[in-house]
This record gives sequence, structure tokens and C-alpha cells, in this order.
Amino acid sequence: MTQLDFSFLTWDVLTSFVAKGLWFSIQLTISAMIGGIVLGTVLALMRLSGRWWLERPAAFYVDTLRSIPLVMVILWCYLLLPYATGALGWSTFKPETTALITFTLFEATYYSEIMRAGIQSVSKGQVYAGYAMGMTYRQTMSLVVLPQAFRNMLPVLLTQTIVLFQDTSLVYAIGAYDLLKGFEVAGKNFGRPMETYLFVAVVYFVICFSLSMLVRRLQKKIAIIR
Amino acid sequence: MASWDWQLYCTDMVTEEVAPKCFGAPGYETYLDAMIHGWGWTMFVSVVGLLVALVAGSLIGVLRTVPNRKLAMFGESWTELFRNIPLIVQVFIWYHVVPRLFPVLDLPPTILVVIAIGLFTSARVAEQVKAGILTLPKGQRYAGQALGLTLPQTYRHVLLPMAFRIVIPPLTSESMNIVKNSAVAFAVSVPELAQFALQASEQSSFVQIFLPVTLLYFVSAYAINRVAKGIEWYVRVPGILGAK
Repeated sequence: MTQLDFSFLTWDVLTSFVAKGLWFSIQLTISAMIGGIVLGTVLALMRLSGRWWLERPAAFYVDTLRSIPLVMVILWCYLLLPYATGALGWSTFKPETTALITFTLFEATYYSEIMRAGIQSVSKGQVYAGYAMGMTYRQTMSLVVLPQAFRNMLPVLLTQTIVLFQDTSLVYAIGAYDLLKGFEVAGKNFGRPMETYLFVAVVYFVICFSLSMLVRRLQKKIAIIR
Repeated sequence: MASWDWQLYCTDMVTEEVAPKCFGAPGYETYLDAMIHGWGWTMFVSVVGLLVALVAGSLIGVLRTVPNRKLAMFGESWTELFRNIPLIVQVFIWYHVVPRLFPVLDLPPTILVVIAIGLFTSARVAEQVKAGILTLPKGQRYAGQALGLTLPQTYRHVLLPMAFRIVIPPLTSESMNIVKNSAVAFAVSVPELAQFALQASEQSSFVQIFLPVTLLYFVSAYAINRVAKGIEWYVRVPGILGAK
């Protein structure tokens, strides 16, 4: 049986190898969350618009991306995006940029299903009330329905964001420097891969567990308001 | 993107020679051979992983609802542990760490990945099973006990038959997720579909490799979903949950 030795994981090692990766994981999570919710809301509105030429493409986009492993989506984007940007005359992409675009496009499908459920959870009377006040479809949606849908779904949106944070570890496939990669590099440099894998698991656990506790508290609060 | 040459699938991966038969020609390992093998491993990991997840998840889900604090706590900790660590990290731990710390568990990589994916999914299954048991009216549990059934008997004959049938729809989507999640095995040396895609695309146009692989994933996830839906229909409870 091998002995574990965590003593090499000093503050200096953590700040020089891991901090950069952790920061990227957080950045990726937050920007994909914002981008994903915006794009997801648009997709949800398209699917609920009642116009087939908006519904079908949105449904196709969501259903297709949700049936493919995220790893494959990441690899597709990593290999295809250079063609797209090459045509636009941009310079080559870093894996980190690819990851940002991929996660926004992919997570939007999950957020869109949540937003769709949220919009459908708002009672019809609210829409009628909006119309009765002389509001347009646009105004009813943005001022009456969406704020309520968003609030109803806030815990679910945040839970999905925790899942998103875990999923960001899959950028391993294209070698982007995230939290996992940071620890892995440190482990390789010091010849202690086992300790770093265990430690990175603890870090992910602490972050995700505390966030899910916060979401649970928020859920209780919201339940009282409603 | 150069023009596509589908004959690629009939050529040997090492010698680049065209095999007499595209699939199963003796002495050759064509791209098609490798892809079908990869698909086989993906299905193996998914199906066996799903079985592990169902068995472990049901057990843990039940533990979380028993009136025994220690057992319930164990169930809760299990769920939180396997739910809050990314799958790829769990796969790394099973693959790189566990066999060296516990030489008994020095198993083939495929088995280790099956355990990793199975236990990861078991946390989600446990969550559903617990929810299923808790949606049953409390009276059912009391009725069982009032009839003189022991706690295991109450679960076996009263609670679980109902709870499982309630839980099956969400479990259907879990069966699809496990096929998708199995792609994470590319990160360790399990020769499944995603790893085939990565290796084969180094030597040829990637679209030509990625398109069939992606379609295979799509079809497999869909097929497993259909089977699960069939089971769902077969075990439905007449009169509730939209059953006809």
C-alpha cells in the first residue's frame, strides 16, 4: 500500500499552479451561466411563440445538443470553430476561448428547458391581465411573465449552474487550463498525482456542497414569499 | 475540409491498406472494426454502469427514508459525496488512486470506469427513489406496520412496488444520461467511442470520424431510452400518473 503525502501542497504551490485554473473555472461558469440564461430564454420564447418557423429550429437545436455527450460537443467546437473564424479572418483560438463559446451554446439548451417550464408556470390570468392593460406581447412578456418565471425558477437555475461548474472539468478534453488541470500539472511536477486527484475532489466537493446548501436556503425563503 | 473518402472505413488503421472486407476481415483492423468495438465498449460501460447505479441507488434511496438516524445519515452522505464531485475527477480517482491505495481493487480499467460511472449515477438514482418513497402518503407505511408487517416487509410489499413505478419516468432520462456520461471514459485508457474518435481523427479528416461517432451516440442514447420507455409502459400503475 502506497503512503499518501500531502505536504508538498503548500500555499505557494497552490497559488502558482492552481489559482489560475480555479479563476478560469469560475470565469467559465459565470459567463456560460449568463450567456446560457440569455440564449436559453430566447430559445424558450421561440419554442413558446406559436410560430412553427421559430419553434422547429429552437426545438431541433435543443433536442440535438441534449442528445450528444458534452465531451463530443466540446471536441466538435474545438475542431470546427477555427474553420468558422478562419473564414472571418480572425486569428486562431485558444482552448479557453473555445470552452467559453461551447459552454454558452451547450448550457443554453438546459437553461432553455428550465425557462420554458418557468414561463409555463406563470398563470394564464397574468398574461390576460397584461393584455387587458393594453400591453403588447413584448411588454407582457418582459414586464409581467419573465420576471415571475425567472423568480420561480431561480433555485433550479442555480442548481443547474452547480452542474455547469462540475461540467467545466470536461475542458480536460481540449487541454484548457482549469481547476482540474491546475492540480494535475502540480501533481505531475511534484510526482504526486494521487494526492492531487484526491485534493481536487475535495475542492470540488467543498465548493459544490456549500453552493447547494445556499440554494437550499434560498429555496426555503422563496417558498415563503410565494 | 477535403472531400470525404468513405473507403477510409475499410482501410487498416495501421498499414493504411484496404481490407478485402470492411468489417471483420482476418488480419486487418479497419476503422469500421475499431468503431464497432468502441461502440461495444460504450454500451458495455453504459449498461453495466446503469445496473450498478440502479442497485446501489435503490439501496441508498431506501436507506435515506428509514426511521434510523445512522442509516439515513449514511445514505445522505453517500448521495452528497457522489453528487458533488465531477464525474471525470471520480473516474480519475477510481483509475489512478484507488488501485494503488487498495491493491484488492486493482481491476481492469473498464471495470473501474464502470464502478465510477455507476456510483456517480447511483447518487441521482437514490435522489429519485427517495423522492418516490416520500410522495407516497404516510398512511401506507402506517397501514403496513399496523398489519404487523416488519419494516423490511413494509418496504418490500407496500412502499417499494408503488415507489418504483412512480420513479421510473425520471430514471428513463437517467438511462440516457449514462450513455452520454460514458464518453468521459476517454480520459483513461478505455477504448470506447469517444477515444476512438480522438485517435482516428488524428490520422484523417475529423468530420468523417466525428459525424458517424456522434450519430452512434445519438442512436444508442435513443435506443436505451426506448427500451426504458417500454419498461415504463409495462409496469405502469393503472389509474395514476397519466396511465390509460
